[in-house]
Amino acid sequence: MLVVAFVSFSLFTFVGDPINNMVGEETSEKERAELRVTLGLNDAIPVQFVRFIKNASKGEFGISYQLRRPVSELITERLPATLELVFVSAVIALVAGILLGVYTGINRDSFTSNIILGVSLLGVSLPTFVIGILLIYLFSVILGILPSFGRGEVVDLGFWKTGFLTLSGLKAIILPSITLSLFQMTYIIRLVRAEMMEILQTDYIKFARARGISENKIQYRHALKNGLIPVITIAGINIGTLVAFSIITETVFQWPGMGFLFIQAVKFVDIPIMSAYLVFIAFIFVMINFIVDILYYFIDPRIRIKGTE
Amino acid sequence: MSFLKINNLSVNYIMRKETVFAAQNVQFDVSKGEILGLVGESGSGKSTVGNAIINLIDEPGKISEGSIFIDNIDIYRDPKTIKTLRGKKIGIIFQDPQTSLNPLLTVGEQLIETIQTHLNLNNGDARRKAINLLEEVGITDAENRFDNYPHQFSGGMRQRVVISLALCCEPELLIADEPTTALDVSIQSQILELIKNLTKKRNLAVILITHDMGVIAETTDRVAVMKKGILVEIGPTKEVLGNPKAEYTKSLVSSVPPTNKKINRFNVINKIDNQVNLKILNRWKKKELIDQNLIEVKNLKKSFHDGIFSESSSKDVIAVDNVSFNIKEGESFGLVGESGSGKSTIAKMIVNLFKPTSGEIYFDKVCINKIRDKNVMLKFRRQIQMIFQDPYSSLNSRMKVYDIIAEPIRLHNTLIKDHELKDYINNLLESVELTKKSAERYPHEFSGGQRQRISIARALATQPRLLVCDEPTSALDVSIQAQILNLLKDLQEQLNLTILFISHDLPVVRQMCDRIAVLRYGKLCEISDTENLFLNPSNSYTKELLDLMPKIESIYETR
Amino acid sequence: MQNQNLSFINKIIDSDIFFSFKKSPTAIISSLILVIIFFCSFFVEIIAPYNPFDPSSLSLMDAFTPPSWSEGGTRNFLLGTDGQGRDMLSTILYGSRISLIVGFSAILFSLILGVALGLTAGYFGGRYEMFVMRITDVQLTIPSILMALLVDGIARGIISRELHDQMAIYVLIFAIGISEWPQFARVSRAATLVEKNKDYVSASTIIGVSNLMIMLRHILPNILRPILVIGTIGLALAIIAESTLSFLGVGVPPTTPSLGTLIRIGNDFLFSGEWWITFFPAIFLVLLAFSINLLGDWMRDTLNPKLK
Repeated sequence: MLVVAFVSFSLFTFVGDPINNMVGEETSEKERAELRVTLGLNDAIPVQFVRFIKNASKGEFGISYQLRRPVSELITERLPATLELVFVSAVIALVAGILLGVYTGINRDSFTSNIILGVSLLGVSLPTFVIGILLIYLFSVILGILPSFGRGEVVDLGFWKTGFLTLSGLKAIILPSITLSLFQMTYIIRLVRAEMMEILQTDYIKFARARGISENKIQYRHALKNGLIPVITIAGINIGTLVAFSIITETVFQWPGMGFLFIQAVKFVDIPIMSAYLVFIAFIFVMINFIVDILYYFIDPRIRIKGTE
Repeated sequence: MSFLKINNLSVNYIMRKETVFAAQNVQFDVSKGEILGLVGESGSGKSTVGNAIINLIDEPGKISEGSIFIDNIDIYRDPKTIKTLRGKKIGIIFQDPQTSLNPLLTVGEQLIETIQTHLNLNNGDARRKAINLLEEVGITDAENRFDNYPHQFSGGMRQRVVISLALCCEPELLIADEPTTALDVSIQSQILELIKNLTKKRNLAVILITHDMGVIAETTDRVAVMKKGILVEIGPTKEVLGNPKAEYTKSLVSSVPPTNKKINRFNVINKIDNQVNLKILNRWKKKELIDQNLIEVKNLKKSFHDGIFSESSSKDVIAVDNVSFNIKEGESFGLVGESGSGKSTIAKMIVNLFKPTSGEIYFDKVCINKIRDKNVMLKFRRQIQMIFQDPYSSLNSRMKVYDIIAEPIRLHNTLIKDHELKDYINNLLESVELTKKSAERYPHEFSGGQRQRISIARALATQPRLLVCDEPTSALDVSIQAQILNLLKDLQEQLNLTILFISHDLPVVRQMCDRIAVLRYGKLCEISDTENLFLNPSNSYTKELLDLMPKIESIYETR
Repeated sequence: MQNQNLSFINKIIDSDIFFSFKKSPTAIISSLILVIIFFCSFFVEIIAPYNPFDPSSLSLMDAFTPPSWSEGGTRNFLLGTDGQGRDMLSTILYGSRISLIVGFSAILFSLILGVALGLTAGYFGGRYEMFVMRITDVQLTIPSILMALLVDGIARGIISRELHDQMAIYVLIFAIGISEWPQFARVSRAATLVEKNKDYVSASTIIGVSNLMIMLRHILPNILRPILVIGTIGLALAIIAESTLSFLGVGVPPTTPSLGTLIRIGNDFLFSGEWWITFFPAIFLVLLAFSINLLGDWMRDTLNPKLK
């Protein structure tokens, strides 16, 4: 986390002159100098860093260069949209991915498996935005049944504006979440399949068969349990990737989330937003890694209990 | 009354370039209460037969003809039959206890699952039965260990768990596929005792598959010898091993290192001529042997940080603990011990792969573990060479044999001309009984034994004075082992080499070495002349090892 | 010498790899497609019917011509034209060249950087390895798109706007390259660790071969297989990454459009019915990525000894 904070901070101070970026051409030298003092830019670097951290932990990231609004406000406005989208996509990707992965892993050479694999390969080759455009074209332009942009109506729950509780909100989330989940789903399918195939070749599976245990039990109790361990790590990383890829999806569907914000920030070199986004992402990743570690601890007894050797 | 009858069994593997006949018209039977040994070298088909009985042959293998009868039922007539028999009438155990158990389920869970698959018991009864089983196979404190995970058991204990799993539904036939190969000698004898006891107690029909003649001699009642899929000879163990009739059996038995005497060379029947043609003698600057210590090891200690598993207080694993010994020039010195004894670590320190934690190693009176100058080190490197245990990983599979052997020569003799180099390499290859054409081939085109020969050629290329042999024949078939050991002996005599021979196999060490040091858990137990050690061991651990090692001569003892 | 060359070719033909290549229709088809695409992009000046960047050859009268097989299309413009009268086929060919150049260069950069760091880390171990692996781990948790965006954003902040447009391609190659190197490092290190424990490496050390020589002559050739697989799939990812960035508007400058840029431009016309402007570049991109992935997939299956 600290590393990321430092990177954000360096962005802030070293990339371009913040003052020049913030104010227009017309501001006089005197006014610029005053601004510098107010923003504390004349203090020593370490002091600025500490202040940055203090502010960051309070959720203050300064003011956006381009939009002239406090960054933290912008973020809280957009965060729910992104999180909801990521949540739905994650569920789709994980559930469909694991189910299909297990199926193709067990039935290695069946016709259906090969079709699923072919489609999954296609899925990896389709850039997210192409999928998005395709779906929009199909469902919005030609069939006209689903909206092509925006979030639909939202219900304000105080600090969180959710789109789950309205019909238009639900409709609006279908296309973007499918788009976002497709890439990850195909990745998970291939991974789970590879895992299952490898496990089904191990000695303990062979021994279980030799003891007469039914094929079903072997697949679901023995193989699957062992196969899920690496999937957990991947699932964790996946959620992080989803958050990143939401940038693309949000752009295509004009979904008002943090990703969209970030792209604008990159285009206009809006440093405060960029650094704030970085910090947030890093935070999410650290949290996910932490949760994954805890899950590992519970599932794999080799980590929980020390062995003899 | 035979319980298992194998009639005219043939198993084929149909592959891209050829069809492999893994088993051809194999015929034998096993009765209850007897242990039949199935012995052969790699590729003999012994494991294939074992797998065929429970129909777990790996793809693309198929039974092409023949039938198997268990308790007078033809098990292959109805494909469903074999599935009901697995675990219920037939139990099988495999070689590696580490990979045979599901790491995520407790031992108890795996037992109960198997029990409830075949027997109609409720949870409480199944649990009681499982605990009884664990006790029967010799696991103390079975009630508590019931809830342990596999990784909480040691190797030998794990194999006992595996045996309990195979027997929990009261099968009448037990197939044991190399059950003790992965275990230490002391544990091995315990497991074999256990199998013998269980056979008697439960009146089992047992097939013991192994490549180890000593194990056969000590454990089995009858034995079947297989070679390349064909059953060569079968009969009571005493007869087959003591008075073999088939040519192959004869050569196999004579290749086994005797445990009760020292012989000059192994009697290898297939060899064309017994004269070794050491062409490299032309170029070898043979050193005259002086009666001095070539190697002196003083208070050698090596510890490793076991930082992976422990957290804050990193536990130090002491691999080598205050070991001292000397090796005279021209002699063959043996380092013997079980796994974890530190013998390999000592070898690796002598060839400077590891640096000792403390202590000194002197080569020709110079302390070599303290040398910092690369050039000086290079001078010593050319005098100490090593050959390794695994013939498959000791050669770079991407390099031609020519380049593999040329590498050390080019490094130490930068001025050598191409045609000289070629001549020298050819001489080296011929000295290890390989043809000149071998130089143009790649390692994967050679067998295990041939690869070891290439390793030896590479080791000899710099004309070393000390050759360290780290379990050089442990991964080879017994007949090939005999050839390689003969070769090493010839080379030593002709080239005045000093050899440091490391092994866990006592009979082999007896044949190869003049003096032996016995190690245990990093400490030196005993050093003595070979014959003295075997006939008159002073250390209790040595005595134990000698007692427990499987001896082919046991067929002459009364049971 | 003749004999050596012949036997080399014979060895390839006789090898297992070629055998499964011949047997696998997917491998053959995908390689064929790729060869055609590479060929076309390389010789695009000769093959393309028009040069879409030459303003003198454009005429607004030709704008929005549909593809030749639909109503209103002509034989002149096989796949139709865009809003400025540029021939779609030509722009796609030029665009794919850009995509390929960026993709290849980026992945090559990644590969060299990643393998160098991964190999040395695995070989030398110790603090160096821990350090390199920490960086890899940290960077691996950041998705590559984000990484590339970040690097691009920083670049924009540092360099002035005009200079940035000129250097855009290099910045892009660097950005994508930097985002993919951890994969190569991770795989190289894992493979190096396996090889390092093998006895032939010990043998060479005992002989006295220097560390550098061991790494180059012994370890590197033996770890190439998994790296090749990752490289192929990485190439597909790099091409997709480039097109994604161009689509988002932060990739190549509009003067040298890649497939991604073309798709973005075409997107605006989607709702007004001129579907071909975005459709054909998209299909081409997908075809390219798909063929590369097919090839990579086949490679992974043949080169993996474990999955029999």
